[in-house]
Amino acid sequence: MNAITTERLTKRFGAFTAVDNLSFEVKRGEIFGFLGANGAGKTTAIRVLCGLSKPTSGRAEVAGFDVATHPERVKRHIGYMSQRFSLYEDLTVRENIRLYAGIYGIPTAEIRTKSDALLRRLEFGDWRDRLVRVLPQGWRQKLAFSVAIFHEPAVVFLDEPTGGVDPLTRRQFWELIYQAADRGITIFVTTHYMDEAEYCNRVSIMVDGRIEALDSPRRLKEQRGAATMDEVFRQLARGARRT
Amino acid sequence: MKTLPFLLEKEFKQMARHLFLPKMFIIFPVIMTLLLPWAADPSIDNIPLALVDRDASPRSLRLARALTATGDFRLATRPPSFPLALEDISAGRAEIILEIPPRFSADLQREGRATLLIAANGVNGTRGGLAAAALATLVGETAGGNPLPLQLHTLQRFNPTADYKPFMIPALLVMLMTLLCGFLPALNIVGEKESGTIEQINVTPVGKFTFIAAKLIPYWLLGAVILAYGILLANLFYGLTPAGSIGTIYLFALLFVPGIAGMGLIVSNHSATMQQAMFVMFFFLILFLLMSGFFSPVESMPAWARAIAACNPLKYFVQAIRAVYLKGSAAADLREQLLALAAFALLTNAWAVWSFRKSS
Repeated sequence: MNAITTERLTKRFGAFTAVDNLSFEVKRGEIFGFLGANGAGKTTAIRVLCGLSKPTSGRAEVAGFDVATHPERVKRHIGYMSQRFSLYEDLTVRENIRLYAGIYGIPTAEIRTKSDALLRRLEFGDWRDRLVRVLPQGWRQKLAFSVAIFHEPAVVFLDEPTGGVDPLTRRQFWELIYQAADRGITIFVTTHYMDEAEYCNRVSIMVDGRIEALDSPRRLKEQRGAATMDEVFRQLARGARRT
Repeated sequence: MKTLPFLLEKEFKQMARHLFLPKMFIIFPVIMTLLLPWAADPSIDNIPLALVDRDASPRSLRLARALTATGDFRLATRPPSFPLALEDISAGRAEIILEIPPRFSADLQREGRATLLIAANGVNGTRGGLAAAALATLVGETAGGNPLPLQLHTLQRFNPTADYKPFMIPALLVMLMTLLCGFLPALNIVGEKESGTIEQINVTPVGKFTFIAAKLIPYWLLGAVILAYGILLANLFYGLTPAGSIGTIYLFALLFVPGIAGMGLIVSNHSATMQQAMFVMFFFLILFLLMSGFFSPVESMPAWARAIAACNPLKYFVQAIRAVYLKGSAAADLREQLLALAAFALLTNAWAVWSFRKSS
């Protein structure tokens, strides 16, 4: 069974077609890299898949539910980490976890034990009872990711999760992603770092609202005779009209 | 609905941690109740008078003394002619002119009547009109020397001393609740839009109704506390206690506060930025305030203005709270106001839930 299926998914804003006829499938438990230059339509596509934005035409199914007709059912089975940090800065680390866990209906006792274990594993130490406002960037991203998967969703959407994060923390972050994938959570991730694209099972490359390539990183490189994903990306993005 | 306690916990924590808000809740009502009744008082007092006494007789001197004796007027200038008195008005030295013509005393003696001229500065129309009327009354009472055969007594029912404060302060309580429980919700959801936190909420399965309820409930409580605080301050500063029951006031507040908070949330839902929400709220609240009977009675407005005022929730709450404070009215006497406010609360809250969009 697929975690995500789209058929000719399109989103227009007036005359502007942000997402143009996307048809692809993401398998359960897969780490799927969703690449593309700035303005290619990645964030719009993610917002449609999360039920935040209604598709103009075509259809998409996420975790077994149609995003256009049952967005609230979709939302019960997904996690989302937006490009812009969006946890409450005037709540503490623990309070943010508690709030979102509560929203997903996790019992209070379970929230406590699970968040204690999580914070210990992430080595949050003294940060756990401090306001999120004072948290350094790398820690914020780790927290946002942990909150997004705290309720064990079927799919988690990560929109540039490692933007502005140092290389060491990026490594750690990807370890968290692998751990989540091992637990069976499907990962749908966008990034501008091509080394990160190599970590994915499959990647798609979006140009001007359309998917121009979709395969495993190894095959993509072979097909285009490129040594790195960076080269593959450059070849494709060169044809872009809107950047 | 199981998620409501978690959302409420969040709202209360945020409210308490907001460094500016708790201070405002304490200081704002004090300033409002202390300052505004004095500033908004239109009754006349100590008005500078330019007296043009061209008669200069014992009688005209007696008149001038009598005019200043009440404290409503003070003799500011004594120009020799009317044009010079007008200059005093232009220069701001006087607000009102009384001209006593040359043959005033003689005319009064011979014909039993005389003409005086009163000219008031019309820049502030209300104040000028009130002052002119007061001066005319005073002159009428004292100029003749012997009392007039007919005397008029005005009795102010429910407010025997015609004091402005018992009238103004209940309305100020309404203004206080409107400002705090109207503006703060208006800035709330749009604030979450600006900071981006609403995105994270919108991808969760949280229900619209639950989310809006969590936004509203803190303001209901806030409104109830602010009202108690305001009633206490009114008592502390002015010794004012409602003639009716505080329970009746709370009954009305119980409808009004959710109504106005709901309106704030509607504005917040429809706005993209806090600035936009602020402007829209300002527009409505000023309109509501001007047409509420807060300053001038709705009954004396033209028919079209009365029709607009009929849709104004503030009007009903101001009417109700004044009636309870001054007349001791009970809820049964204020059925119209109760129904209007109930309809308002229902409408705004339903609209607030409806207009909250989890997707675009």
